[in-house]
Amino acid sequence: MSGTRVLVGTRKGAFILTSDGKRQKWDVSGPHFAGWEIYHVKGSPADPNRLYASQSSSWFGQIIQRSDDGGKTWHQPGTPAGEPTTTPDGMPKGESNKFVYDASSETGKPLTTHQWYDGTPHPWEFKRVWHIEPSLTDPNTVYAGVEDAALFRSTDGGKSWQELSGLRGHGSGASWAPGAGGMCLHTILLDPSNPKRIFIAISSAGAFRTDDGGQTWEPINRGLHSLYIPNPTPEVGHCVHRIAMNPSRPKVLFMQKHWDVMRSNDAGESWKEISGNLPTDFGFVIDVHAHEPETIYVVPIKSDSEHFPPEGKLRVYRSRTGGNEWEPLTKGLPQSDCYVNVLRDAMAVDGLDPCGVYFGTSGGQVYASANAGDSWAPIVRDLPPVLSVEVQTLP
Amino acid sequence: MIRVILPAHLRKLAHVDGEVKLVVEGPVTQRSVLDALEARYPMLQGTIRDHVTKKRRAFVRFFACGEDLSHEPADAPLPNAVATGAEPFMVVGAIAGG
Repeated sequence: MSGTRVLVGTRKGAFILTSDGKRQKWDVSGPHFAGWEIYHVKGSPADPNRLYASQSSSWFGQIIQRSDDGGKTWHQPGTPAGEPTTTPDGMPKGESNKFVYDASSETGKPLTTHQWYDGTPHPWEFKRVWHIEPSLTDPNTVYAGVEDAALFRSTDGGKSWQELSGLRGHGSGASWAPGAGGMCLHTILLDPSNPKRIFIAISSAGAFRTDDGGQTWEPINRGLHSLYIPNPTPEVGHCVHRIAMNPSRPKVLFMQKHWDVMRSNDAGESWKEISGNLPTDFGFVIDVHAHEPETIYVVPIKSDSEHFPPEGKLRVYRSRTGGNEWEPLTKGLPQSDCYVNVLRDAMAVDGLDPCGVYFGTSGGQVYASANAGDSWAPIVRDLPPVLSVEVQTLP
Repeated sequence: MIRVILPAHLRKLAHVDGEVKLVVEGPVTQRSVLDALEARYPMLQGTIRDHVTKKRRAFVRFFACGEDLSHEPADAPLPNAVATGAEPFMVVGAIAGG
């Protein structure tokens, strides 16, 4: 029987939950990297035993961790797994956490500043990796979305990283500004039908697409309307919270913007609002059913200052019509006095049938539904605040 | 032999228990001690000082012989007691919490 592995990043460590295909009983391992912020853990689609984790702290900066055995053991790429590096001779370079912006004249248009919150120029400063996206085909190729916003790629299993500087250099980078959570590149979607096409999203610059493997980029924000900025329809400057795609239809994208849930049928060339009857269209997460590309999920949050569910009721909303018509999913979720948040990387779906849906909260619960959202149960409930949830469907 | 005391999180990254002992060639300074530390434990690169600028990370401090050396020049000689191994060079995470 196939199995499921849920990878949870929290404010104070990573946790790995495993179950069989029934998804009723769960084993919890962790905390891994206890005491560190784990923004994201994700497995390679090409090798489910290859996991990457972003580990960071305000004190000691960024660390990249890698597992080659499904999370049983971890090491920093370039250093021996679980062993001290005690001999100076022939030691690998400790560059798995070296994220240096490309300032060369050959490969881009080096930018020295972006906008700060008050509109003044601010130098680009690396803070952390928000999101790790392994290649669909090569376990050693992996992308990293970082704060301050940029996209990096490793082709050696995370030992070294190079910026795809065409993104920052495409022309609007100097006008990008941070959202409340920082100026982060938080979403990376790889197009399974076109290895040269990548979608990314930045808070609060917006969404971008490359069709040449990351050399050149274009903003894809037409149709977005953001009332909270002076010009509501700029080419860049939208606070996109998350984009999701069903791999079977890579031109159809769904977006949870700061406010508004949006849909594109043309790979981001244009967007239309599909918020419909949602109780609030503010939120962070959005995801798509693994087998039904018109079935999507969001978790409405009351507002941009009140980061909790409306009425204290934790409700996932599901649309089976590709948007506009939404139904609340409440069975098994707290329906009173619930004031948690669900952050942008904290929802995932598995590939089983029926599709499993998972999300984690700022209160440390990870909820799962083994029936596409009809009913829910906490599969662990007292973790540190959850930053990210990913799921692997194991053979 | 130079003795270095690392904070718990960095000891775990480096897979060491207790003090680290290093041989430092030439003058014993913050820079030469950290160079030797990172050469032996490359996984610590970037965690104490920036990869490129070599500036101390903001929430990391250096102490030795009861003195705060965080703001001393990187190439200033460390106290003789550190150079002889009588006292450790301490890498300390800034205090946070309540």
